[in-house]
Amino acid sequence: MLKFIVKRCALAVPTLLILVTITFFLIQMAPGSPFTSERQLSPQVLANIKAMYHMDKPLWQQYLYYLGNLAHGDLGPSFKYADHTVNQLLASSFPVSLRIGALAFIAALVLGVAIGTLAACKQNSLLDYCVMAVAMTGIVLPSFVLAPLLVLVFSVNLHWLPAGGWNHGHWANVVLPVTAMTIMYMASIARIQRGSMIEVLNSHYIRTARAKGLPWRIIIMRHALRPSLLPVVSYLGPAFVGVITGSVVVETVFGLPGTGQHFVHGALNRDYSLVLGLTLVIGALTILFTAVVDILYGLIDPKVRCQ
Amino acid sequence: MTLTPDAGDKEAVVQFAQALEIEGRSLWKDAGIRFMKNRAAVASLIILALMGLAVLVGPLLSPHSYDAMDWSAMTVPPTLENSHWFGTDALGRDLFVRILAGGRISFMVGLLGALVAVVIGILFGAVAGYTGGRVDSMMMRVLEILQSFPFMFLVILMVTLFGQSLMLIFIAIGAVSWLEMARIVRGQTISLKSREFVEAALVCGSRQTAVIVRHIVPNILGIVVIYASLLVPGMILFESFLSFLGLGVQEPMTSWGALVNEGAQSMDVAAWQLILPAGFLTVTLFCFNYIGDGMRDALDTKDR
Amino acid sequence: MKKTLLASLVLVCFHVGVCAQAAEVPEGVHLDSRQHLVRGNGAEPSSLDPQLAQDLPGHHILVDLFEGLVGQDAAGNVVPAGSTHWDVTTQKQENAQKDRQIYTFHLRRDAQWSDGKPVTARDYVFGFRRAVDPELASPYGWYIAMPGVLNAKAIMAGKEPPAALGVKALDDYTFQVTLEQPVSFFVRMLAYPTTFPVPAHIVEKYGKQWISPGKMVSNGAYVLKEWVVNEQITVARNTRYWNDKKTVINKVTWLPLTSETAELNRYKAGEVDMTNHTPGPQHIRALRKEIPDEIRISPQIGTYYYTFNTRKEHFNDVRVRKALTYAIDREAIATRVMNHGERPAIGLSPTSVAGFSGFEPEWVRMTQSEREQKARELLKEAGYGSGTKKKLSFTLLYNTDDMHKNVALAVAQMWKKVLGVEVRLQNQEWKVFLDNMQKGRFDVGRSGWLGDYNEAFTMLNLMTSSNDSNYSRFSNDEYDQLLEQAMLEVDDSKRKKIYGQAERILSEYMPVAPIYEYVTGRLVKSHVGGYPDQNPQDTVYSKDLYIKKHS
Repeated sequence: MLKFIVKRCALAVPTLLILVTITFFLIQMAPGSPFTSERQLSPQVLANIKAMYHMDKPLWQQYLYYLGNLAHGDLGPSFKYADHTVNQLLASSFPVSLRIGALAFIAALVLGVAIGTLAACKQNSLLDYCVMAVAMTGIVLPSFVLAPLLVLVFSVNLHWLPAGGWNHGHWANVVLPVTAMTIMYMASIARIQRGSMIEVLNSHYIRTARAKGLPWRIIIMRHALRPSLLPVVSYLGPAFVGVITGSVVVETVFGLPGTGQHFVHGALNRDYSLVLGLTLVIGALTILFTAVVDILYGLIDPKVRCQ
Repeated sequence: MTLTPDAGDKEAVVQFAQALEIEGRSLWKDAGIRFMKNRAAVASLIILALMGLAVLVGPLLSPHSYDAMDWSAMTVPPTLENSHWFGTDALGRDLFVRILAGGRISFMVGLLGALVAVVIGILFGAVAGYTGGRVDSMMMRVLEILQSFPFMFLVILMVTLFGQSLMLIFIAIGAVSWLEMARIVRGQTISLKSREFVEAALVCGSRQTAVIVRHIVPNILGIVVIYASLLVPGMILFESFLSFLGLGVQEPMTSWGALVNEGAQSMDVAAWQLILPAGFLTVTLFCFNYIGDGMRDALDTKDR
Repeated sequence: MKKTLLASLVLVCFHVGVCAQAAEVPEGVHLDSRQHLVRGNGAEPSSLDPQLAQDLPGHHILVDLFEGLVGQDAAGNVVPAGSTHWDVTTQKQENAQKDRQIYTFHLRRDAQWSDGKPVTARDYVFGFRRAVDPELASPYGWYIAMPGVLNAKAIMAGKEPPAALGVKALDDYTFQVTLEQPVSFFVRMLAYPTTFPVPAHIVEKYGKQWISPGKMVSNGAYVLKEWVVNEQITVARNTRYWNDKKTVINKVTWLPLTSETAELNRYKAGEVDMTNHTPGPQHIRALRKEIPDEIRISPQIGTYYYTFNTRKEHFNDVRVRKALTYAIDREAIATRVMNHGERPAIGLSPTSVAGFSGFEPEWVRMTQSEREQKARELLKEAGYGSGTKKKLSFTLLYNTDDMHKNVALAVAQMWKKVLGVEVRLQNQEWKVFLDNMQKGRFDVGRSGWLGDYNEAFTMLNLMTSSNDSNYSRFSNDEYDQLLEQAMLEVDDSKRKKIYGQAERILSEYMPVAPIYEYVTGRLVKSHVGGYPDQNPQDTVYSKDLYIKKHS
């Protein structure tokens, strides 16, 4: 296990380096620059600004300069938000996304697995259809409909919860965004879980267990649940990164200061350093959670562990 | 009654055996029969077929065109007058025609995008999972890099370098959504390749590619189909996200995603602008999901 | 050769007697005990450094935090703020065609920074120099260079040190600006953050980090309290502000809400007191019935227009440009598509701007159907239409936005209907759009401009051949000369006439098709008092507002 972790860490560094390199050169190719604005800058001013951001040098020098700073953990100044460095922006936005994302993720996982399992046990019954139909609303209803709908009902009409804002993470401000995100992810997890659970329930060893007269509860909990989780676990890695790095729509609708907003604005503003910084963080997270998923896979499926 | 069969009986048995041979049911045919028994799936299929028909011929039934503005009827709720059966949008364009016209785009984006994702995803995932070792870990690194890649830039870049076209949207969508597919396929492949039948095939001297295509891929189709049924709505929604960013289908053309997006902005004052396109969208997506389920159940090769 | 002073010729002295603007609470109004105002702000400001700020969200907050030499009243007129009065002298120059103009501002002696240090002329000098300092590289340095503050251009080009800028602290409370030429509307430009003073002692102490809550020191009615990027910026009352006793609102929270729907919902939920977005046409219709009193529409110095690429085929023919312009039913766009109280535009400068010429081109007096008739004739004259091989087919480029989309769709429909031309719509994401417009890769493009200061010059200057924002590539010597003259002309009515002549040239060559005049429309809760309905620059000082008692 330790060897596995060390190996993964050793692989992570070149992976991230490749990621940074590709992103660095690719964003420069996008039309427009951070300094493209409605009021065109005079060549003089543009030259001054470029000098300030070390963009007056050839691209490869800029790249080396960026890597040099990166080695010191410095992601550089933001191009758009002149008063902040990328480190500051990430440090303030990440905890927000983490909190919302982690809560939504746990809720979605627990509810999704429970619903999926329940539906699978009662396959093709009315309960199955109803539960899955409700769950599926989360897949078929776009988040930009769901989130404002929640606001309209619970904030504008009922006045139960605030319509937006972070308010230092006050619970009341967290409820609606977490709910919206939970519904979005829960449905997918429920569907995957249902599918794989049905498959497991049809397998020989479960039939044997059933034939032996073991009670359903024991069969499900002790024998069926673990193998049925495999596809869900596969889905979790990327989903978790998606949840943590924030849902652009949810953050925009609820006015949350998370990373999702940064990513869209960063891309649209051509905020090179912000996008690079975010890419790096997302990349590192992806690698981390893929590793975690692989470890989980091993824990659940002994066959993988053997190899 | 004799125990030894006479010649005529013998002949009948041989004929019956031959007939059996001729009509020997293939895996897929079997699946087809099982699928037809699933009522929800069949109903969904019928609804989808009707939807497809409506999308193709529906616009011809209305006197309006999808891009004509009616200054005298802006933001009109559904009515039988003026033949604005589904009402109009903020610019007085007929929603009935727009929803059906938008459906064409959404169907195309959903199906083609999913197809691209499925094909690339299966091949990539199966090869990685089956080969294992160094190749696998390298392919997974590639996947990780791509997954953490700011694809928004990729899309913006593509659109601006090659111009904004529908074809490009398919490519863009397909190109960014096969990643999860590949990952899931790989996971399944790893657990499949230690199964007896794969070993048996290898012992019999099947080539690696043949094993992947003949034995691994058909066995992961179940999970792929479920996942693909999740992909289609995903594709359609992704298209609306692109529209939202201004990279989607160009006005005055539209899509369901774009219509729902527009409707969502005025849901409290012009509910029909959201409910009608959202209705079409959700019904379609539900249908895709049920069909996915039906196919999964039907394709399940394990004894039941 | 060094220019020498010959004589101080004219001395114009402004002693404005009116007191500076502040919250005027009418008799009988009961104030709420909780004076906390929440304002929508449209987007996250790019910077809260007065000299670096370049967008409206930043501008909105900066006029609360800082105070410049002058401010604006509810109608957008200049009122004294950091200075109590000012003198203007003209200086004849040997070997120069233009006279220099010297503004001497007498600063308020009771003005303090929020840390108790007095605001001196040196802080103003520091602010002006920063704006042009290549080291800070402000994107708004042009704002100092445009009216011709002495040496500004040379400093920005790195040819002179920032100390050479034509600004001087004669003593602690006297600040002098030297312009290379007379600029009649210079004082009006000084209500803008680029010219605000900056606390030299704080900036030198903290460097770039001075703009953060706790470190930033300001001289306006408010100080920076809290800043959560993409969520809120909160400012609190500055008790050291010279007119603090007149300030009513204790705390202002700014929300960078980019989504119009999200902002509207939060307004309806009672979490926002003043929105930044104008609700879309469908919402405004419903809101007019529900809360007509809360919809506040004020004129704005800004025009929405379509630019023709005059260097491209079809559009190099003035008849085509005119035909397309006449075929747009402005009334319908303003009242049906926009529907907030926008006025159809007939020229580049809007009616609300100071120095508006009132020039009416011939076509304005025609009815819409006459215009359409004329448009068809013009197009036929240009050789298009049935029976000819020439076919007018082009792309209308606009940046991604619902409002722009609606206008583009409506205009395209009018063009198709009236002229039978083929119009393709293309929307592009903002930066791509700008890139293409600036590089001339478009046929007809969406444009719009909000004035930087209250003078028609800010709009008309767009069409001079040297202006970077003149995407039409329209170039006319007479026009350029007129604008040069206008800048120097001190007499208001003469200047107005020049603007009228400029508008006439535009209407003759039609490089752009004016569509409508912008308005500022926002929702303001009925418990917010003191909201200025007539400020055409959308300058709403929080210190002028108050919150009435409400449940």
